[in-house]
Amino acid sequence: MRKATGVGGRSMAGRAALSGASALLLLLSASSAHAGLLEDAVQGLAATSEDRVEESIRRLGALDDARAWPALDALCDDRLRVGADGKAYIWDGKTHDARDPLTLAVVAAAPRPLKEVEVSNEIRRVALPVLAQLRLGSASAAERLAAAEELSKSGDAQAGGLLHRALDREHDKKVRDALTLAVARVDLQSPSADARVAALQLIKRLGNDEFLSDLQRMTAKSADGTYGEPDARVRQAATAAIEAILAQQRFVSLAGSLLHGLSLASVLLFAALGLAVTFGLLGVINMAHGEMLMLGSYATYATQTFFKAHMPGAFRFYLLAAIPVAFLVTMLIGMLLERTIIRFLYGRPLETLLATWGISLGLIQTVRLVFGAQNVAVENPDWLAGGIELTHGLVLPWSRIGVIGFVIVVAGGVWFLLQKTRLGLYVRAVTQNRSMAACMGISTKRIDMWMFGLGSGIAGLGGVALSQLSNVGPELGQSYIIDSFMVVVLGGVGRLAGAVAAALGLGIINKLLEPLAGAVLGKIAVLVFIILFIQRRPQGLFAIKGRVEA
Amino acid sequence: MNALARLGEMHSRRGWLIVAVLTGLVGVAVPAVAPPYLVPLLGKFLCFGTAALAMDLLWGYAGILSLGHGLFFALGGYGMGMYLMRSIAGQGVYRSELPDFMVFLDWKALPWYWHGFQHFGVAVFMLLFVPGLLALVFGWLTFRSRIKGVYLSIVTQALTYAAMLLFFQNATGFGGNNGLTDFKRLLGWPLQAASTKLALYLVSAGALVGTYLLCRFIVTSKLGRVLTALRDAELKTRFCGYESTNYKLFVWTLSAMLCALAGALYVPQVGIINPSEMQPSNSIEMAIWVAVGGRGTLSGAIIGAWLVNGGKSWLTAAFPSAWLYALGGLFVLVTLFFPKGLVGAGAPFAAWFARRRRKEDAGT
Repeated sequence: MRKATGVGGRSMAGRAALSGASALLLLLSASSAHAGLLEDAVQGLAATSEDRVEESIRRLGALDDARAWPALDALCDDRLRVGADGKAYIWDGKTHDARDPLTLAVVAAAPRPLKEVEVSNEIRRVALPVLAQLRLGSASAAERLAAAEELSKSGDAQAGGLLHRALDREHDKKVRDALTLAVARVDLQSPSADARVAALQLIKRLGNDEFLSDLQRMTAKSADGTYGEPDARVRQAATAAIEAILAQQRFVSLAGSLLHGLSLASVLLFAALGLAVTFGLLGVINMAHGEMLMLGSYATYATQTFFKAHMPGAFRFYLLAAIPVAFLVTMLIGMLLERTIIRFLYGRPLETLLATWGISLGLIQTVRLVFGAQNVAVENPDWLAGGIELTHGLVLPWSRIGVIGFVIVVAGGVWFLLQKTRLGLYVRAVTQNRSMAACMGISTKRIDMWMFGLGSGIAGLGGVALSQLSNVGPELGQSYIIDSFMVVVLGGVGRLAGAVAAALGLGIINKLLEPLAGAVLGKIAVLVFIILFIQRRPQGLFAIKGRVEA
Repeated sequence: MNALARLGEMHSRRGWLIVAVLTGLVGVAVPAVAPPYLVPLLGKFLCFGTAALAMDLLWGYAGILSLGHGLFFALGGYGMGMYLMRSIAGQGVYRSELPDFMVFLDWKALPWYWHGFQHFGVAVFMLLFVPGLLALVFGWLTFRSRIKGVYLSIVTQALTYAAMLLFFQNATGFGGNNGLTDFKRLLGWPLQAASTKLALYLVSAGALVGTYLLCRFIVTSKLGRVLTALRDAELKTRFCGYESTNYKLFVWTLSAMLCALAGALYVPQVGIINPSEMQPSNSIEMAIWVAVGGRGTLSGAIIGAWLVNGGKSWLTAAFPSAWLYALGGLFVLVTLFFPKGLVGAGAPFAAWFARRRRKEDAGT
């Protein structure tokens, strides 16, 4: 142990001296002398003597110039060649060109034959840390990030010094974070207790859960009464760090549940908006409403397939085209159903329920025959892929944000339509008193048809949103129909505010209960809650006098 | 004398004759001529008929459309399944005192709610009591707050959906996904034997006839007339002084228990009970049996159950992809064109026949 420290310390000191020298050199003559030395060292990589190669590598490390990185990388990668003139070239396997090791320009007149430089394991061992060091000095932040990650994984004691130095001069926030992490990872293995405590404090600040098992091992008591970590001070720091990590995990999972709850609420709201309107207006329950969600998703899928086949250039925008397509398709189907079947059943809500269930069976089977019984995949367009990383482990996917934004826009549109337009006025009038509205000259039949179509169309829009969150299959609608009815029951009939509040409440409660009680018990708890809630307020959250109560 | 008069209220003399002939047909003639492999299938249909009667009593006469009767059916089935599992303790694949799936899950002891099910009497009591109690509590909560119509249908559907999710879990203790299966003996008789199958068929037939007579008794009683009044004009009936909650609660709980009885007889004949019996679609299919046959006719419910299930058995084998269309189309056609079902559609013909007979009688 002592010996290893000694060696490490000496080499560290040596490197520090060398790099100090190189910094001095850089200061003194930034141009010619340095460039000459660099050129020399790079050419030395192609030397025949193994000792000279090793020495050149060390000199490159001392020069600490990122320009030498390609050559060194080529060496380790067996891409470095020696020309007939004894000079080094980088071989480009793709274009079959020889390139200059420093400028990377293609050298057309490279004197062939190009001979491969033999690389022994010994040379590799010397080269790898230098390679990482040079990479850490690269101008590109992405390269530095990759180097930091690679170094920290090697767990090499030497890497610690390199990383510390890189951290000190790093400005890019992302790379700094990665470097901090890497430093903590390396220092945690350090023989010095102080370094370990410092590393633990870093970990505590980061709250990164990848250290959790390591830390737990450190604080765990083994069978013979000794701890994984001998130093009590370090153990204390480790315990504190564990707590910080767990707190962070709880926060992340809570925030994740909230986000999932919000997006579930959005989908429920899409379904419930249409249901609430048609139920309030017509007094019938449309069991095929969930299938409108499903049809909207399949319309999105069909649009995507069409764009792939005929307009691959505009594929990014297929989703924008899918919105009106899904809306129109589901709206037309809804209006067709209203005209051909449902209008004959007004005043017989239980029969409507059965008939629309029959319709939903037919729709499911049709989709199965046309698109197949398997799930189909709807891709996110590139502008909805990825997300914003808020903290470690907590990513807000753009697709979910998009869905939430979309439902806000649609709900706003429905509110505007119902409250601020003439059609909305008619709809509200018919909802409140059908015969009186008819007496005032409102064509109630036409209102019925349009609103049924609109409700189906909104569900179709929900299908577009849903296709961005999950797989699309023929039974998609069935899994949402019961929940969306619960929203309508809870929110009260024909009330937008009620539907919004109930969808938000149910969606979020569902997802919050999931990690606590499991998905199933969560669902049951919500159902029990609804049954008990109806005891207190049978007409839902926001009651309004309408045809259903009459 | 009084009892005889009551029988006369239930059916006319000709009606009783038809009931007796049909009972003889189902109970004696069919088992005598049917090939042995058909007996369990026919016995299954008898159970569906019983469930349809329970449904019709509730929907046809009290106007309560439950979309959760599959739950009570399945609970009855689970009760019977638990008895069948427990009665062969020590003879399973693992030779353990516990049912096989519990050994498989590495459980060491029997959950408390499984105790006592090795006794047939206890099991039968429980398989009627538990669904009845659940129906009572649920019904009390819902009827008390005047939930009715589509609201009630939706809430019952959510109830069976939630129960299905619960039973799908291994931790619930009813075999999870696979449910209860691999039954061997009922009261000591091997289930595979033709004689046991025949006996089960006969018991199912007895249950169907008994249920029919019970339902007939109820709907022709004063209670039945109050139920019909509640169905047609709940507010007026309440203003006349009838407490609607109690009437509804009675018929709802009774219907649930009859359904559980059907489920209990169904399970030994098909040899398995699993949570998919609680799917919302199963409960809705029960409603269509009644709708096809004719609501509020009792006999129609049985006919509907047999026709729909016969069609299902044939279509799913002959044209698998057409079954959902047929079922969906049935839902739409029946509600649009035959709101009174087959029996209702047949009524004008029956009336025409009756008129002609009267004319002939008058002519002679």
